[in-house]
Amino acid sequence: MTESIPLQETIAVKADHLYKAFGRRPHEIVKKLKAGKSRAEISSHGVAAVIDASFEVKKGEIFVVMGLSGSGKSTLIRMLNGLWDTTSGTVSVGGTDITDVSAKELRDVRRKSISMVFQHFALLPHRTVIDNVAYGLEIQGMGRTERLAKARTIIDLVGLAGWADNLPSELSGGMQQRVGLGRALAADTDVLLMDEAFSALDPLIRREMQEQLIELQAALGKTIIFITHDLNEAMFLGDRIAVMRDGRIVQIGTPEEILTDPANDYVAQFVQDVDRARVLTAASVMEPVRAVITKTAGPRAALRTMRDLQTSVTFVLNRDRSFAGIVRDRDVLKLVKRGETDLRAIIRDDATAVLPETVLVDLVEPSVESELPIAVVDEKNRLLGVIPRVTLLAAIGNVTTNTGPLPVVMPPATISVSQIAEILGDTALEGVEA
Amino acid sequence: MNEFRIPVGSWVEVLFDFVTEHFSFFFDFVRLAFAGAFETVDYLLVSPPFYVIIGLAGLLAVAARGWKFLAGTVVGLLLIVGMNQWENAMDTLALVLVASVIAIAMSIPLGILAAKSKAASSVIRPVLDFLQTMPAFVFLIPALLFFRVGEVPGIVATIIFAMAPGVRLTELGIRGVDPEIVEAGSAFGASPGRILRQIQLPLALPTIMAGINQVIMLSLSMVVIAGMVGAGALGAEIMTSLSRIDIVLGSEAGLAVVILAIFLDRVTAALGTGKTPISRFIALRKSRAPASASVETAAPVEPELVRL
Repeated sequence: MTESIPLQETIAVKADHLYKAFGRRPHEIVKKLKAGKSRAEISSHGVAAVIDASFEVKKGEIFVVMGLSGSGKSTLIRMLNGLWDTTSGTVSVGGTDITDVSAKELRDVRRKSISMVFQHFALLPHRTVIDNVAYGLEIQGMGRTERLAKARTIIDLVGLAGWADNLPSELSGGMQQRVGLGRALAADTDVLLMDEAFSALDPLIRREMQEQLIELQAALGKTIIFITHDLNEAMFLGDRIAVMRDGRIVQIGTPEEILTDPANDYVAQFVQDVDRARVLTAASVMEPVRAVITKTAGPRAALRTMRDLQTSVTFVLNRDRSFAGIVRDRDVLKLVKRGETDLRAIIRDDATAVLPETVLVDLVEPSVESELPIAVVDEKNRLLGVIPRVTLLAAIGNVTTNTGPLPVVMPPATISVSQIAEILGDTALEGVEA
Repeated sequence: MNEFRIPVGSWVEVLFDFVTEHFSFFFDFVRLAFAGAFETVDYLLVSPPFYVIIGLAGLLAVAARGWKFLAGTVVGLLLIVGMNQWENAMDTLALVLVASVIAIAMSIPLGILAAKSKAASSVIRPVLDFLQTMPAFVFLIPALLFFRVGEVPGIVATIIFAMAPGVRLTELGIRGVDPEIVEAGSAFGASPGRILRQIQLPLALPTIMAGINQVIMLSLSMVVIAGMVGAGALGAEIMTSLSRIDIVLGSEAGLAVVILAIFLDRVTAALGTGKTPISRFIALRKSRAPASASVETAAPVEPELVRL
């Protein structure tokens, strides 16, 4: 997951029942599609590139449209800024309907509200980097000195300081796309359309650009609509993802929803290759805690809990339900034998605690280092659940979690039940238990 | 069987009679304008002594291609002087310049129109086919009818004959501009006129320059043919040598044409690639100033810089 900044619940871009058909009579094609004909059935009349696409993109959100080539995603994004007109349906950007405006008004919307980054960069080859970055401002009518000053700050922002006076052909692919990104950012529009913006880059550079995009988005709060055919990229960047197939949007949801609850076999098949460890979070795989006691409950209660659950460890909570640590059966046993009642002396803090939005890939190391389950706690340190090693493996390997009884997921008891019963019996007179 | 005939020629004649009768004011105007333009250019080329013109041509040569081409130019032009064809050559050059400038001024807008609109393109294309395949001599007939004997019919026939590649290559160049870059222009809200000026024309420039080069070359070849209708100059010399079977005159006038052609071709071709010594010089001056200023701040951001 990305560092999710609080989303303002206002709609930046809204697509309402969008259709785009190519052919002699596109409107007739759309009429047939609306009447329920399939894409294959109308193929003799033309091509239906986008069929009934509706979605809303919230302000400050990264909305990813994901699909294979030919799924209509590039057509879809070009309708969002009016590069291609819609056959049917409406698009509104920042509350303005752009499907039914004059060419001049449309240009105005593009200047002020929505800019674009292209797959093959689409830089002006005869202009220097700084003039490319300032291009949007030039069209907006900003004076030369002012726009160059602004472009210079953007060039620094995208990490191209020192290259301002070079021509695009003198830069590497990754740097050229930084110029493309800079050009879109300089225009200072609320919405950024990115059409397969990183697909032409090397994997390492792509990763770097993705991370930088997320940083920039968090800093600038832009609304980003990102087109990609790469599911891992979609999962990494997207706050929400729309999966497209054959012109239709088949599912819209957060990366985790898509991964854990695919809408149909196509999506399921698609997501099976995704790097689950980088998408799934602790919250989505954690299990309820059973071996848990409060700090004040005393050692006898701890021992009883462990006996009942057949484990050697139990989690301990403070009175306000915050996570205090763990106790082990041997320590508790000693305590009981000595007749002491305060658990605090033997609480250990060797269990790892993580936040619910931690991705699984970051849980592997603590899980390797200790046989204890990982504790999942919220910001107030309240214990939400646990992730035993088995659960982590099952989640990463996409195995259905029917791990059954708890002893499998907790470290097994190291002291036999009869021994515990004996101890509990011996000291029964002293124990006052909750 | 022999009686049946479609009198296309007669129809064309009727059409021409009609046009000459009703639009003579237009042709008179064109005749005056073209004759004026030709005489001005011709005066500028012929009145100075030959070494002044050779000096100017030499400057152009060195700016466009460098020292070797300068030497070739000077030797070639001196040879023309030596063959006593200098004045004829300058007359021919004046005809070529006037005809090409007008042809280019007409063909580039037409090419832009054809690139922008499919309808215009589908009208312009067959007209160009017609102009390019019609035997060149045929153009001389209407030119003579409308403009009478002299330089003007030669110029008009030359323009019509030479325009086609200018239109075609302009259209081709503009259509060949990467559509994603054009899309980028409109995605940032640029108007069609701005896209044309700032994106399409600059990027299509090498192709358009190739078209201009072709226009000039075709003008030169047509100007010689135009000698038949009294356009004078080297064309007239060649016509004379042809009628007298005068191999001396023919080869000398022909050689003068070849020297002019090579000079014009090399100069315009060099301008088309944009890699002339003069542009390199300017680029060097330009890049030095800001580069030295930004040296201190230039930190290597990405080491994998690809220098092309």
